[in-house]
Amino acid sequence: MAVRRIDLMLCTGTGCVAGGAFRIKDTIENEITKYGLQNEVSVVITGCNGSCGQGPLMVVQPDGIFYGWLKPEDIPFLVQEHFLKGRPVKRLMFVPLERKEPVPLMSNIPFFQKQMLIVLRNKGIIDPEKIDEYIARDGYTAIEKVLPLMKPDEVIEEIMRSGLRGRGGAGFPTGRKWKVCSDERKFPKYIIGNCDEGDPGAYMDRSLFESDPHSVIEGMTIAAYAIGASRGYIYVRTEYPLAIRRMQIALSQARDYGLLGKKILGSDFDFDVEIREGSGAFVCGEETSLIHSIEGKSPEPRQRPPFPAQIGIWGCPTVINNVETLATVPVIINRGADWFSKIGTATSKGTKIFSLVGKINNTGLIEVPMGIALREIIYEIGGGIPKNKKFKAVQTGGPSGGCIPNNLIGLPIDYESLTKSGSMMGSGGMIVMDEDTCMVDVAKFFIQFTNDESCGKCTACRDGSEALLEVLTRISEGEGKEGDVEFLEELGLAIKDASMCGLGTTLPNPILSTVRYFKDEYEAHIREKQCPARVCKKLIKYYVDPDRCVGCLLCVKTCPVSAIKGELKYIHIIDQSLCTKCGQCLEICPPRIAAVTKLTGKEARELQSLPGPIPVAEWKKTKSASKGDFRFTPYREETDREHRGDNEVP
Amino acid sequence: MAKLTIDELRKKREEARKGIYLRQGEFKGKIIVHMGTCGVAAGARQIVSAFMEEIEESGRKDVMLTTSGCAGLCSREPMATVETLNTPPVKYIDLTPDKVKKIFKTHIMEGNIAAEYAIGIGSERGG
Repeated sequence: MAVRRIDLMLCTGTGCVAGGAFRIKDTIENEITKYGLQNEVSVVITGCNGSCGQGPLMVVQPDGIFYGWLKPEDIPFLVQEHFLKGRPVKRLMFVPLERKEPVPLMSNIPFFQKQMLIVLRNKGIIDPEKIDEYIARDGYTAIEKVLPLMKPDEVIEEIMRSGLRGRGGAGFPTGRKWKVCSDERKFPKYIIGNCDEGDPGAYMDRSLFESDPHSVIEGMTIAAYAIGASRGYIYVRTEYPLAIRRMQIALSQARDYGLLGKKILGSDFDFDVEIREGSGAFVCGEETSLIHSIEGKSPEPRQRPPFPAQIGIWGCPTVINNVETLATVPVIINRGADWFSKIGTATSKGTKIFSLVGKINNTGLIEVPMGIALREIIYEIGGGIPKNKKFKAVQTGGPSGGCIPNNLIGLPIDYESLTKSGSMMGSGGMIVMDEDTCMVDVAKFFIQFTNDESCGKCTACRDGSEALLEVLTRISEGEGKEGDVEFLEELGLAIKDASMCGLGTTLPNPILSTVRYFKDEYEAHIREKQCPARVCKKLIKYYVDPDRCVGCLLCVKTCPVSAIKGELKYIHIIDQSLCTKCGQCLEICPPRIAAVTKLTGKEARELQSLPGPIPVAEWKKTKSASKGDFRFTPYREETDREHRGDNEVP
Repeated sequence: MAKLTIDELRKKREEARKGIYLRQGEFKGKIIVHMGTCGVAAGARQIVSAFMEEIEESGRKDVMLTTSGCAGLCSREPMATVETLNTPPVKYIDLTPDKVKKIFKTHIMEGNIAAEYAIGIGSERGG
């Protein structure tokens, strides 16, 4: 084998693939062949690197240089400059917002610096489609240790001592779950890896499959050995084709090596895994629904107890663990429970993966130690809020979670503090919201989601979510009345009490937490018929400020419904009866003009538009003659305007 | 493929480690070939190839070969900086493939500075 000098770690997670990562791979390979570098430089496909906001991206090893936002047309120059001549290309490097200089080394980029990788230990380092690369990174050493040296009870004991808790949402201690199942005397037993990831904006499990599928297989095998199972299922949604394909490759490679199948590594232990694809119903993430789905039944949850660990799939004892939990297991076995339990807080040990999305500069997948302050995630790893906007809240735990407001930014992220703040850990979605987000609208969005996804078995969840949605819709349309907020709270609590599964008992969280922290916004909607964030369409009006309009026709041409009247050098007027409130006029109006604004509440109701087009020059004259006669002082989004695109006035 | 035993798995792991050593960041030696325009014109590409041949021949997996820009002494190109763990970097000048052979043997393999080709020890101080 010829010696290589450079490995190009090209991210091929779903995000980067969508951005054209495979086209970039082909271009690089063509270019390096052109210069005869094919033996010195190799392109390695990896799973999600995590810094999805910069994709398509790659890391050049051994130097550790990070290139982002790659385009096929950049590649010839890059190959020639860096890989042939050895001069790293600055313009393709990451430039932090607050600095002008690019940061060449991945290890110096704050987004990566603050992270701690346990589950994602191999992300960006190995090719997920090659088992040898996983093995090279101490892969399957935990099985090597467990099978000949540890009794099943010792494995369970080790996991219990480590303090590992379920990463799927509820945070049940993993060791205890295994113990319950292992104490059952009924056979066969089953282990299920839950990769039914349904929260909007969450993609931790998918990325794990795409970057390191063998870590899940190894963890599952250890779990199976501990509880005495010989069959396992991986339940994954069918809308994750890349993740499924990589897992299938991994499974067949593991079988080839005898790491799955009969008599694993020469021991007496047999175990194999089968993939079951779900069709993506949110409720299937719930254990008992998931079991029904695998059994081919309608995915409705059932009453617990008995827990699946006692009576699970096909009536047999079954452990269902989130795949992130399972991928943590080999590391705990290798490095020991003592090491693991030193990471994190008193009750939440280890690390957690979050997908950081929404109004945040560095969108991506992060793994951080439990107990890290929310502030560190938002401002240091996430790089703050775009366009210098104010941070308003973060929704954790997906549609079943709640909003954590600005004033709790110092909150340490662990199971207990999240629950205490009215949210939850959930599977790890983090949706960041800025000052332009309306909390009533957010609550409505999530209730709409859970209302769609409710399986319909329990009345409280099925009809309750419908009633919540009705009231929220009314409030957002300016039809709210006194007592609505109290009704939402009361009904929310009732749904929590009267629903059977996790979906129903958590679905009111977005309402309860927004009412708790942002009651004033609900009241503004109800009493003032005003949407403070200017989001709810029925409560806002777009308005061209005559004092600022220069009559450039940009908004007139952009409006998709021709609701804006005007001629060149005439003040433009929005016809409110035609306006669909799409906001394109506000987007297009150049920042230094900033004539288009949104009005809400009294301002909007009492809006008097100009009767007809007036030449801009004439308006200025009348203005100076009758000072302040016709004047609104509309709300102005100054920070937004400074950072909006540089649309030029023709 | 035959099922692996624990010993075979371990052997496989040793073998597989060689395939990914560039990404692990555990290097005992580092060779930087300076490839500014001056270096490239003076034949730095050949020097890179020569070092690669040496690395391959030696079978060493803990030596990093990388490249950087002009070192500032354009008249003495091709140049390379060689660094072993916990010792200061040494700059070598006027390189040829033959000199590379000797430098690799003396400095990387034996741990001594190949003084006859070296211009100095250490790097410029950062500003």
